[in-house]
Amino acid sequence: MSLLQQLPALQVAVPLIGAPLCALMGRPRLAWMFAVVVAWITFAISVALLEHVLDAGPIHYTMGGWPEILGIAYVIDPLNALVLVLVSGMAAIIMPATRIGINVEVVHRARHLFHTMALLALAGMLGIAITGDIFNLYVFLEISSLASYALVAMGIDRRATRAAFHYLVQGTIGATFILVGIGLAYMMTGTLNMADMAARLPGVSHTAPVQAALAFVLIGTAIKAAIFPAHSWMPNAYTYAPSLVSAFFGATATKIGAYMLLRLVYSVFGADYAFGEMKIGWVLVPLGLAGAVAGSIVAVWQHDLRRMLAYSSVAQVGYIAAAIGFANHDGLIAAIVHVFNHGLMKGALFLVMACVIMRLGKADMESFRGLGRRMPLTMGCFVVAGLSMIGVPATVGFISKWYLVSSALDAGLWPLALVIVGASLIAVIYIWRVVDVAYFTDPPPGARDEAPAMLVIPAVVLCALCIVLGVTTDLTVGVANTAARLLGGAP
Amino acid sequence: MNPVDFVIGHALQWGSVALLMIGLYIVMTRGNLIKKVAGLNIFQGGVFLFYISLSNVRDGTAPIVHEDAVLYTNPLPHVLILTAIVVAVATTSLALALIVRIRESYSSIEEDEMAKADLD
Amino acid sequence: MNEFILVRVVVKIMVPFILLFALYVQMHGDYGPGGGFQAGVIFATGIIVYTIVFGIRRAVEAVPMSAVMAMVCCGLILYAGTGFATMALGGEYLNYSVLDSADPVHGQHAGIIIIELGVGITVAGVLTAVFLVFAERRARR
Repeated sequence: MSLLQQLPALQVAVPLIGAPLCALMGRPRLAWMFAVVVAWITFAISVALLEHVLDAGPIHYTMGGWPEILGIAYVIDPLNALVLVLVSGMAAIIMPATRIGINVEVVHRARHLFHTMALLALAGMLGIAITGDIFNLYVFLEISSLASYALVAMGIDRRATRAAFHYLVQGTIGATFILVGIGLAYMMTGTLNMADMAARLPGVSHTAPVQAALAFVLIGTAIKAAIFPAHSWMPNAYTYAPSLVSAFFGATATKIGAYMLLRLVYSVFGADYAFGEMKIGWVLVPLGLAGAVAGSIVAVWQHDLRRMLAYSSVAQVGYIAAAIGFANHDGLIAAIVHVFNHGLMKGALFLVMACVIMRLGKADMESFRGLGRRMPLTMGCFVVAGLSMIGVPATVGFISKWYLVSSALDAGLWPLALVIVGASLIAVIYIWRVVDVAYFTDPPPGARDEAPAMLVIPAVVLCALCIVLGVTTDLTVGVANTAARLLGGAP
Repeated sequence: MNPVDFVIGHALQWGSVALLMIGLYIVMTRGNLIKKVAGLNIFQGGVFLFYISLSNVRDGTAPIVHEDAVLYTNPLPHVLILTAIVVAVATTSLALALIVRIRESYSSIEEDEMAKADLD
Repeated sequence: MNEFILVRVVVKIMVPFILLFALYVQMHGDYGPGGGFQAGVIFATGIIVYTIVFGIRRAVEAVPMSAVMAMVCCGLILYAGTGFATMALGGEYLNYSVLDSADPVHGQHAGIIIIELGVGITVAGVLTAVFLVFAERRARR
């Protein structure tokens, strides 16, 4: 087999073998260099895969050469190719910054294992995205989750361990719910391959186990994606984790949850069954929009900015959930595009927090006083990513909001379109609060003191992407369009 | 199916549902972190039992190839649940490790005492 | 538990056999019940029993923490490395048939044994590491 045909396996296997090699190196500097190389190789693979999928259609890869139905198959279509690019791209952008980042924000005795855990989390998330086997999805989910609990617990604040513990308990409950759902679906179909299961489910879809399976899977993914009101693990975890970890997980972890929801609902249970017969739209839309409004409102009152961003994530995941719940073509595009776009914005915003913490030790409202003059580049990034978060035209945020509103209108629910716009206006308040403090208050004495280039450059790159991809939408919307058509769109 | 058969015929499923509920109840109501972990283990135990119950084939023997055997129980759920058990072991040990660190920094493993300590 | 002579003597005799039994389960895994995971657990049990009786200090002399961590990593590398080897030989990831180009069945056999060895080493390492890390913390206090 040629290298190109091996790419799906390499996508997961490279970071997976990189993790133990990192642990064997011992010296943090060496491990960092190695992790950066691995992350960039992974990114290159995912880009190659995306290109190949767009050219030649879905790729099927069978592990161990077993027939697809018996063994574990990796299936790559435009949807998960885009998610792979997002996850590995965020890792590639953030990983270089970890060399100095971990010196400030990671407890000393855990530093030598930081990169091992980061690569494991990366491998797990890529595995979730790439696999076409439903039990394999659970295994990768647990690999990435366990690594992320450990990463959150590496925060220097003692509350980080508490946050990690709660994350662990709730994450395990979520994953176990998914496991029960998988078991029930397996019980009725006798297969674990997603495509095979999708073909067999319609025959038994009226039975109680299948209905229960959908319910279990829905609740489990809702916890993993932090859909309101199952979001309570997220604010503490993202506030007390090292900021670079928050940046990576803020950009990817909840998105992977949203991806699982999309994949399981559309490719396994089928949109007709889930939306037509079981009417999960009636759960997702109200909860999603309630989360969007509640998350934004709570974010306005936060003193710690990382907590503010975490609540803003609750709101953004709410938009994604609502977009999935509308169950029409535009909604599907909005969900996919927002998964990608929100990853870019949240990644950039948490990187800004990492820069500020690097220089000032904390990221609360006081420390942002006069920061516009003290750290102009960092604050510039905050403004750009913040505008994108609000949904100002010519940023990526606008694109996703546009499709979201249009899908609400398509579904004939124009009052909900108003709710979406209203929730976006609340985002103006919480972003403006920070901008106001940073630019229009007198700075405390001290010269210009920009964060180190290794931290600022990734933030600048992500902000640039926020604008570039907000102007040229071929990549995100184009791919999302193909993906939405392949998934089947409206019931 | 008459009600008695419905209850007795699904004994394993009822058992697993009971374990799931007990576990979830403990996780939600107890403030002690060790008890939470115990509850989580009971919760996961319910899933293990559920998967094992799936594999049962009436009159089937152990899934080892043998010339006398005609009917085997389904080995796949066993393999799946072995994976899930390994995951549960990893989760439990990570949770206990976190509790050790929490105990060192808060000198308590009670939810309400920690919340009070964080407020001070 | 070092003060009980009976326990000490019995454990001293038992531990080598526990470790040997672990290797038996490991190697016999493709003919009967057994395999890497079970073998790794039994192997770790041997070390853990030794630690409980003779104390953490002597146990760490016999199996230092760095060696345990190396076990964890090497097992994983052996597993994933086999996958890379099969890819290099032109098959899919973990398609053991290509390991022996003349006789694919023999290749499958060899592949399974190597993979299970990787699993066994990692499981033994992880379980030992979990126990030793917790025990060492206690000893330091």
